[in-house]
Amino acid sequence: MNNSFSAEDLEFQKEVREFFATEFTDDLRERAKLGSQVKEVATEWQRKLYEKGWIALDWPKELGGTGWTAVQKFIFENERCNAGAPDVVPFGLKMVGPVIFSFGNDEQKARFLPRILRSEDWWCQGYSEPGAGSDLAALKTKAVLEGDEYVINGAKIWTTYAQYADWIFCLVRTGNFDKRQHGISFILIDMKSEGITVNPIHTIDNRHTLNEVVFDNVRVPAENLIGVENQGWTYAKALLAHERTSIAGVADSKRWLEDIKTLAAKQTNANGPLIEDPQFQSRLSDIEIELKALEYTELRVIASMSSGQTPGPESSLLKIKGTEIQQQLQELRMETIGGYAGSLVDEDFANDLQQAGSMARRSYMYGRAATIYGGSNEVQRNVIAKAVLSL
Amino acid sequence: MNQSLENTEQRSVDSQENKMNFEFNEEQQMLKESMQRWFQDNYSFEQRTVIANSDDGFSREHWETFAELGWLSIPFAEDFGGYGGNIIDTAACMEEFGKVLLLEPAFPTLILFGGLIQAGNNSAAAESIIPQIIEGKVLGALASNEVQARFDLSNIATTASEEGDEFVLNGSKSLVLGGAHADHYIVSARSSGEQTDDDGINLFLVDKDAAGLTVSPYKLMDGQQVADLQLDGVRIGADKLLNEKGNGYALLESVLQSAHVALSAEALGIMQKLNATTVEYTKTREQFGVPISSFQVLQHRMVDTFMAYEQTKSLLYGTLCELTDGTTSAEEADMTVKALRTIVAKYGKLVGDEAIQMHGGMGITDELDVGHYVKRLMMINLLFGNGDFFQKQYNQLAY
Repeated sequence: MNNSFSAEDLEFQKEVREFFATEFTDDLRERAKLGSQVKEVATEWQRKLYEKGWIALDWPKELGGTGWTAVQKFIFENERCNAGAPDVVPFGLKMVGPVIFSFGNDEQKARFLPRILRSEDWWCQGYSEPGAGSDLAALKTKAVLEGDEYVINGAKIWTTYAQYADWIFCLVRTGNFDKRQHGISFILIDMKSEGITVNPIHTIDNRHTLNEVVFDNVRVPAENLIGVENQGWTYAKALLAHERTSIAGVADSKRWLEDIKTLAAKQTNANGPLIEDPQFQSRLSDIEIELKALEYTELRVIASMSSGQTPGPESSLLKIKGTEIQQQLQELRMETIGGYAGSLVDEDFANDLQQAGSMARRSYMYGRAATIYGGSNEVQRNVIAKAVLSL
Repeated sequence: MNQSLENTEQRSVDSQENKMNFEFNEEQQMLKESMQRWFQDNYSFEQRTVIANSDDGFSREHWETFAELGWLSIPFAEDFGGYGGNIIDTAACMEEFGKVLLLEPAFPTLILFGGLIQAGNNSAAAESIIPQIIEGKVLGALASNEVQARFDLSNIATTASEEGDEFVLNGSKSLVLGGAHADHYIVSARSSGEQTDDDGINLFLVDKDAAGLTVSPYKLMDGQQVADLQLDGVRIGADKLLNEKGNGYALLESVLQSAHVALSAEALGIMQKLNATTVEYTKTREQFGVPISSFQVLQHRMVDTFMAYEQTKSLLYGTLCELTDGTTSAEEADMTVKALRTIVAKYGKLVGDEAIQMHGGMGITDELDVGHYVKRLMMINLLFGNGDFFQKQYNQLAY
């Protein structure tokens, strides 16, 4: 048993820390916090990462990725969170990029990958449909080949940032077979195509992040199909392997926990600061202890990956526990702040607490999605039941 | 002695050791496997039940075998003829002991009694007694608890008054683990200070036949045979003191830290066994014409107990690393130990309760092993502190 990083890894950690200290400026931090310039801030920050060569953690080196080990990625994620820097927008870099370089042809690779690395195209994900959520294979959006074009009809839903997107990658039905997973294809669609309508979905955080994307006889060149027709499900599943290292969000949660401690040290009444209240302390340590255990669970997965094993369905555990902890922290943060956490204010804050409150409200409300997206936590439990416990 | 174990200097040279990993090393794996093989042949639940119902409540014959196999030497330094194991070696063994619900007094004799003698400053006592422990000739017990103290180690009303080169002990001790069969006791007694002061505490080695000592044995629900002690003017030579006079508290605390980790490892072994038993049972038990394992409501509950086990395991292995890495501060590692016992209490209860519930009526029968595992888990979480007690200690250190 050994929980120590190697000397090289510690050297690497130093380099990463210095990078964040100089490149993630206070200006970027403030704008990222406000959350009103999502696209501008993300693009600006991601260009800096691109120039450093640190934009694509999961890509092979020869394609412009970092080629980092699991431990290096873990270190990078920790330093990123400590610096308060946002994660890259995942749809291009973490989702469609790996599918293109794993299953796409050379033309597709040359056409799309460099633009993804340079944040020149904004991508969104077209998986879920009004009638296909956790049961993704029930999807009905149809693609019919006519000449050298597919004609697409149907609707996708919960599409994050579709309002900014240049491209959407979609799972569409190209055939009907006994097994529903068969007959699904993976296709790339230009959002400027005729026949696409983006309808905003306003969420309980009083923001606009999600959309419905409707396809009405949208014509897509057949060359935009990834891999083989009807095999898209396999590609979508393989992509999950690329999402695993930061799935638990441990580093983010650790930072939030520290924020709550700072807030609780300032909140004082006649009995002293909130942080000294025994009842509050127990609520905090309930979460902190669980998080500490989860950090070691994540390290166990990383250590086994480093010795050549692929993480199995245990990563469902990271997703379940990680998102449960995130939600507990969001709740405790609101309660720590008090009534101000209800503030519906997005700028010109009356004071720091009102700003913290408004942000806490937003992340609590939108945070309800974490146990739903990426396969709801109930579906994750089904996965563990079947694949780990053989039930 | 030490037939199957060798003291190899190369243990730390194992190349796996230099990389981050949360596995037992090859040697610890071999030790665990050899224990598993022996238990498979000699320690089925039926065989254990016969031992539990015997007069001693454990098997002296098995204890001798453990000595021959070298198991009793693991936590002791090579200078005493021990194996020179660290806390990771101890945890490796305790996991196995948990899986079979070991009745033999490994925890009271090796971890508490032996641990205190080894960590104390009385080298004459260590040199004479530790080799006897390793040979299986001596059983010992720690008498630290008092009826008014609950979990507070420094709440000691038993007095030690110095008379010449002797101390005279007066008071009573409760819930002495392994106390029914101990050859020697380590008794905590106060030479100065108020009843709850950390200063003024001493640890004395007291022979079971000492004049003025009354031992009242009884059983616990997990099969352990413990005792309460009454000390009426027990005269002890100053040479039986294990610490510098009045400074026994730090010694007690440091050995208790190892004890917390050892009990957590035992609890983890029990949780693993309970989860595996429950999953297997639901696959064979049919109701409404199908195995009950096909019900999603039960599947999700078994996933929750699986995650509880994995989280406990992660924190235990993390604690083992922090205690041995040479870089984590003592205060930080101590916090992690308190966190560990907090989570063991929380998830021990979950795993135990769910195992009984999912076994249905069978779960509450004495015939099935499940209830016995649950009782031991419950005892672990009532020894030297419960979940709230440890969480409060954690809070005090953390905030």
